[in-house]
Amino acid sequence: MASTDTKTTGAGAKDGSALGGIEAGLDALETSVTGRPPFRQTFREKIFPPIVATVVVLAIWQGLISLKIVDDASKLPSPGAVWAEAEDAWLKGTLLDYIWTSVSRGLFGFVLALIIGTPLGLVVARVKFVRAAIGPILSGLQSLPSVAWVPAAVIWLGLKPEMMYAVILLGAVPSIANGLVSGVDQVPPLFLRAGRTLGATGLRGTWHIVMPAALPGYVAGLKQGWAFSWRSLMAAEIIAQAPDLGVGLGQLLEVGRTNSSMATVFLAILLILFVGIAIDLLIFSPLERWVLRSRGLLVKS
Amino acid sequence: MATTFAKAAESVEHAARIEHVSKSFAGPAGQQLVLDDISIDVAPGEFVTLLGASGCGKSTLLNLVAGLDEPTVGSITTEGRPALMFQEHALFPWLTAGKNIELALRLRGVPKNERRERTEELLELVRLKGAYGKRVHELSGGMRQRVALARALAQESNLLLMDEPFAALDAITRDVLHDELTRIWAETGVSVLFVTHNVREAVRLAQRVILLSSRPGRIAREWTVGIPQPRRIEDAPVAELSVEITEVLRGEIRRHGQH
Repeated sequence: MASTDTKTTGAGAKDGSALGGIEAGLDALETSVTGRPPFRQTFREKIFPPIVATVVVLAIWQGLISLKIVDDASKLPSPGAVWAEAEDAWLKGTLLDYIWTSVSRGLFGFVLALIIGTPLGLVVARVKFVRAAIGPILSGLQSLPSVAWVPAAVIWLGLKPEMMYAVILLGAVPSIANGLVSGVDQVPPLFLRAGRTLGATGLRGTWHIVMPAALPGYVAGLKQGWAFSWRSLMAAEIIAQAPDLGVGLGQLLEVGRTNSSMATVFLAILLILFVGIAIDLLIFSPLERWVLRSRGLLVKS
Repeated sequence: MATTFAKAAESVEHAARIEHVSKSFAGPAGQQLVLDDISIDVAPGEFVTLLGASGCGKSTLLNLVAGLDEPTVGSITTEGRPALMFQEHALFPWLTAGKNIELALRLRGVPKNERRERTEELLELVRLKGAYGKRVHELSGGMRQRVALARALAQESNLLLMDEPFAALDAITRDVLHDELTRIWAETGVSVLFVTHNVREAVRLAQRVILLSSRPGRIAREWTVGIPQPRRIEDAPVAELSVEITEVLRGEIRRHGQH
């Protein structure tokens, strides 16, 4: 600290550099350094608890079987039986096929929904007439389960992949568009004023100010849009059974039901859950955290 | 009846010319007059503060000059689009400090290869060399306002409008920023129209202090501040003039309690 003192007194002779010195001091005092927490802390706080929860659920499940509380394998298969089913499918080489068939459909449908939902959301958010005309319908559509579209889609498009994409779009487009609309609504008016004084008006304002400012809401919409895509797809797959459609996770579920194989049904349910969580953890959660952290919106407690 | 951004070619002897401007808004009790016949000329390179209590319409007046709103009566002429700085820093949190400044340059049409260098110069001007890659939330309040000042200066307008830019800062930081603003004003030769409700701040900074009365805002009085720069806020002449202006301001406020 002694060296800092001498520097300040030394610079005191010249007025300008003295001011610079005070400023540098104030800046140093008021700037806080934030870093990422160490891995051990992340492990203890974020990774360990869900592992415990999973183990507890498995233990209860096994307990129900071992203690003969549920004594009917056709109603509740043991964790071992489900595992054996998975192993069997893996050895036959079909396990990854099931997953990939569904995931590729889901992601492709989601990307289509993104391409349609984004401009739609922007137009609804920015054009008053369009908003008044279709805004309420768009948010209403969110509460309509997309399964309701399946019969209509089958009649229109037949038992083809197009029918499944149609159902995904009807589920995900409103979510994505609505996320963007609420993101745009939450843009602080101050940013718009600041943008206008800098000359960002019209399309330039939309590109440079409105879109980036609305990003947190938009990403939340994407996350929900993915969840809706995945659910819609599963509903469509359960109903649409055709040899040339391939076997996805939804079809696997239906196969299990027709064969009265509870182990297959359980396997399908677990895989659907697993994929949904994995995509969220691998794509959407990191994206959301990155957006929030770079804006200083991720408060660490 | 309009805000005109005159072209640079028809160079004027005023950085801003506000002529008989009135502004009224539709309120619950019909049309409400906020500004009443305001005329102010800001000379090139001049530093003018607008002083007034709540409800004097000083922020409304700045919005009119900035072209964010239109006067009901009268006209405002400025040379080009004025730069505007707010009480909140209004920096975009999705951009770094440097990128905020670069955006202003980009929107002004500065070619890509010149932007980075110009940004570094501006950061150096506000003594934030090395802050280019800093996120807005990593900066202190004073640093944010300096980045905001650099961004406003990036517009290279010859008129800088400031709407209580230091009101939210602590006293020590504000004091330092007064010194900085005076230095930058002298270095760049920009004209400043500075709105505040802090009498000492007004006297500390300005060459001319204009006092507005409230509801509706009218020009109550005007002082020319002859105290040489650099001034300090605790200097005796600054304090003396502040006392005089405060007395008049209090008189203006008192009138509103006598109904």
